[in-house]
Amino acid sequence: MTSKEKSTRAIVTVLGTDKVGIIAGVTDVLASCRVNILDIRQSIMQEFFTMIMVVDFSTSQMDFATVGKKLDEKAEEMGLQIKIQHEDVFRFMHRI
Amino acid sequence: MFDKEEILETINMVQQEHLDIRTITMGISLRDCAHSDAKVSQNKIYDKITRLAKNLLKVGEQLEAEFGIPIVNKRISVTPIAMVAESCDTDDYVDFAHALERAAREVGVNFIGGFSALVHKGYTKGDKNLIRAIPRALAETERVCSSVNIGTTKAGINMDAVYEMGKVIKEAAALTADRDGLGCAKLVVFCNVPEDNPFMAGAFHGVGEPECVINMGVSGPGVVRNAVQRIPDADFGNLAETIKRTAFKITRMGELVGREASRRLGVPFGIVDLSLAPTPAIGDSVADILEGMGLERTGTHGTTAALALLNDAVKKGGAMASSHVGGLSGAFIPVSEDEGMIRAVEAGALTLDKLEAMTCVCSVGLDMIAVPGDTTAETIAAIIADEAAIGMINSKTTAVRIIPVEGKKVGDVVEFGGLLGRAPIMPVHNFSSTAFVRRGGRIPAPIQSLRN
Repeated sequence: MTSKEKSTRAIVTVLGTDKVGIIAGVTDVLASCRVNILDIRQSIMQEFFTMIMVVDFSTSQMDFATVGKKLDEKAEEMGLQIKIQHEDVFRFMHRI
Repeated sequence: MFDKEEILETINMVQQEHLDIRTITMGISLRDCAHSDAKVSQNKIYDKITRLAKNLLKVGEQLEAEFGIPIVNKRISVTPIAMVAESCDTDDYVDFAHALERAAREVGVNFIGGFSALVHKGYTKGDKNLIRAIPRALAETERVCSSVNIGTTKAGINMDAVYEMGKVIKEAAALTADRDGLGCAKLVVFCNVPEDNPFMAGAFHGVGEPECVINMGVSGPGVVRNAVQRIPDADFGNLAETIKRTAFKITRMGELVGREASRRLGVPFGIVDLSLAPTPAIGDSVADILEGMGLERTGTHGTTAALALLNDAVKKGGAMASSHVGGLSGAFIPVSEDEGMIRAVEAGALTLDKLEAMTCVCSVGLDMIAVPGDTTAETIAAIIADEAAIGMINSKTTAVRIIPVEGKKVGDVVEFGGLLGRAPIMPVHNFSSTAFVRRGGRIPAPIQSLRN
């Protein structure tokens, strides 16, 4: 883990009440940051919107904190909860 | 590749259950900072700390952003100052504390530990000077933490030092009386002190440690509490299993962040401390876990058994999750820093005697306990001796961090604020221990077989 090149993939999670334009809004932010989306999974449970995206940072010039801030702004604007975390968090916590 | 439930579980742990990295602590050896001129030595200390730790805060903040997990504290531990200052030409070591304080402020850490001495078998000249300087050092600085080891299983208990620490604690309380004895909250008296503990106030960088090292402390009582509450009818086997699984996940975060911090700082990764460290935040309490297991209030009969189960299950799960486990690695039961413990004390369920029993089965000892201001140095020394005896006989770490608050009596509450929380004044026994404490000398090391 420490010796090889660090992965540039992250997980974006979006939680909130369903409404028009959530996917468009979030993907628009990611596109403007030149962050590539590798996978999207989305579901709605009783009007509760959940979206999990796997994204790749290698094409982006921006760092985590900057993209995170832009997503925070979007979250604020749309009344959602958006979080971006390096994929290692999930890999490490749940896999041996 | 990624399971949705697992992702949501992780996010819930951080957002709802207060999972966080409690501390990234950089251990720094100051053994090469000794000098016959105290000023030169202090400058070397300042220069070395600020050089090695200059990126600690920045890297901590980067990791918080990338992993999306709060890293509450960034801290530094150093070689016990008694050893570094010993060869200098002064007997007054308070300026060494000021040098540490300046370095801590420069690099932006909230605590720096290591104004310490190890005197379990006896004093050197430096140890004597350091212990004498502790009350003033704690009163004149904000971020410097102090610890003294007065006993080990192999050496026995240095009762001269125990008595002296009783007096030092009283003096530290007197010099910080305007802040409710805050100085004592930064002073820990240990038996069997670990050399790689990342948690304050007892952290220092042991003599067997490398030049510089990164040690991690995780925290997740809230996560464990919720896991326990989800299975109200489980038997003890399943209860322990659930805690183990939860502890595994919590510790993995510490391991991940620790490895990455070590890589970015170019400093070897030492250990993850598995301790479940509570905070005063609602829901981030070790007492709540015990009560979640079925006790009406922490401190009632059954508390010691519940804590033993918790502590052992956390170690089993945590040990699997990390390549190197160390430090204190047990559930912490500080009173002022744990909302559930405070509640238990105020309800009359939890007493000093029960806390002492609890420290037999977990780390780390009588921690953040406020007692009446008229408690004598001899009584405090006797409390330390009791705790040290538990540690010595059971080959475990025990400690005392006790605050005799001037002008306060049982029923009063003191506010320390922040992570130190608030403490109800707890009663101590009123019968004297003076003649016992004043005997002097050492309690011999215990026999290591015939263990009953």
